[in-house]
Amino acid sequence: MSDFLASHTFLIVSLLKVVVVLLVLLTAVAYLSWFERKVVAHIQSRWGPHRAGAHGLLQPLADGIKFLFKEDPMPAGVDRFVYFFAPALALTLAVTTIALIPFGPGTIKIFGQETVVAVSDVNIGLLILFALTSLGVYGVVLAGWSSNSKYPLLGGLRSSAQMVSYELALTLSVVGVLLLTGTFNFREIIHKQEGFAWGFLPRWNLFAWPAPQLLGFFIFFIAAIAETNRSPFDLAEAEQELVGGFHTEYASFKFAMFFLSEYANMVTVSLLASALFLGGWLSPFPDTPLWAWTQYLPTAIFGLGGLALLADALKYKTGWKRIQLTVVSLLALGLAAVCALPGAIEFVQGPFWYVAKATTFLFVYVWVRGTLPRFRYDQLMSIGWKLLFPLALLNVVATSLAILAAQR
Amino acid sequence: MTVELALFIVLAAMAVSGAVSLILQRHPIHSALSLIVVMAALAGLYLLLGAEFIAAVQIIVYAGAIMVLFVFVIMLLNAGVEERTSFSRMARYVGLPLAVVFLLQLVWWAAKVPAQAAQTTQALTSTRSLALMLFREFLLPFELTSILILIAILGAVVLAKKEPV
Repeated sequence: MSDFLASHTFLIVSLLKVVVVLLVLLTAVAYLSWFERKVVAHIQSRWGPHRAGAHGLLQPLADGIKFLFKEDPMPAGVDRFVYFFAPALALTLAVTTIALIPFGPGTIKIFGQETVVAVSDVNIGLLILFALTSLGVYGVVLAGWSSNSKYPLLGGLRSSAQMVSYELALTLSVVGVLLLTGTFNFREIIHKQEGFAWGFLPRWNLFAWPAPQLLGFFIFFIAAIAETNRSPFDLAEAEQELVGGFHTEYASFKFAMFFLSEYANMVTVSLLASALFLGGWLSPFPDTPLWAWTQYLPTAIFGLGGLALLADALKYKTGWKRIQLTVVSLLALGLAAVCALPGAIEFVQGPFWYVAKATTFLFVYVWVRGTLPRFRYDQLMSIGWKLLFPLALLNVVATSLAILAAQR
Repeated sequence: MTVELALFIVLAAMAVSGAVSLILQRHPIHSALSLIVVMAALAGLYLLLGAEFIAAVQIIVYAGAIMVLFVFVIMLLNAGVEERTSFSRMARYVGLPLAVVFLLQLVWWAAKVPAQAAQTTQALTSTRSLALMLFREFLLPFELTSILILIAILGAVVLAKKEPV
């Protein structure tokens, strides 16, 4: 057995990376739901979750337990296999895509094996990611069909048409990035965005010379919201019209699987947008002595956050919540200390900036949801086909012409 | 047994069982799902041959777009379980023997051809070389195909357009 393990370090290292990434992702997904509820609540002048734990920090745990212990009724006349298969497919595809995202430059050593800071490093990473997301529509469609109920069926029909339509715009909006970088590999795409124009403007694809992808990013952002079935494009589950849309007939853990897959998709799309347009793990500050202090930013942010939480803990009257906040603040302070360690400081920069960018993107996602009302279905289709699709084509042509002109 | 061979056996079994299930399933949605399994398995086989771009496109285009439309239409028409008619019963008695004969013929041919390892032509596998091929050597057929598709799209639009009242 030990011989097998010794000769298959690649397997073990990969497995280890999968477990770590999966744990981090699922925790992030759980807390994304908390984050969304808090942000939307504050947009609407409410408090949001605040009973389960201090600031509602234990809410995801409470939700999880609730999902597990709810009764799980199955409607009559469902197509059993497809009914059970749909949520599993949705969740599997949603969490698989994260395997393609690299979180930092270079390699790390685990058990003496050099390995990239990602679960996998594939030549055609972007294509595989699109392949997996294009299969994601089946989760929604099959759930809608197999439930043997009119509301889910309508939701499934809507979403299949919507996702196929917006996938065109989504894929075409990325072609500009591909033309600029000339590769499908995520690590290479991010490496191509290194450097600064005029000493301060990062050469991210968003501002890249000769063809800034501002239009591409705009299209990508809108199409990504529609692809993940999020408000204002969440017509697949429009509750005023369709009760709950495609997941009306799902309860308990099967519903939780759809819920998790939706949030995991949001995380992946945010990471993808950061990698393609915002330079991924690259710091927004130039690598000059003048800006050298920015490498202590992770420490500063975690440290100040930890101190603020500690101050907040003292204000709480209930002892239990005081303890909770103190534990969280100590965790943050510990993280701050780790980020300042001489060995870790170099490594931490990549993941820190990557996650910071993705979090910003996620915040905008939630912000849009809290601000805009849902589109009508015909509006959704005309936006997709008559606005985004031609604009994406225009972006491809304009980018190619600009690159050609710059080569002359 | 190498990893490649094991993967090939698994993927081939997936493809064949998917294809058989496609025919045997009574419900159109189940048949469509079986077809998706076949396509996914084929994509895996392309990957084994080193044709990464083709593999990804196989999933994106066939499984991700065309089959979604299939499923969409089946759902929209609310097609139920297929009915047995006297003709479909006849297909069993005529079709099955024919299928067996055809299979035997296939095996005979496969046995006659000397076993040859599939050659992964490195020149054609990378996305870049594929693009260069398409846009240099096969530019005319490529553009003709796209015009053909354009005509098909226009035809669909004309057919779907409402009649002026």
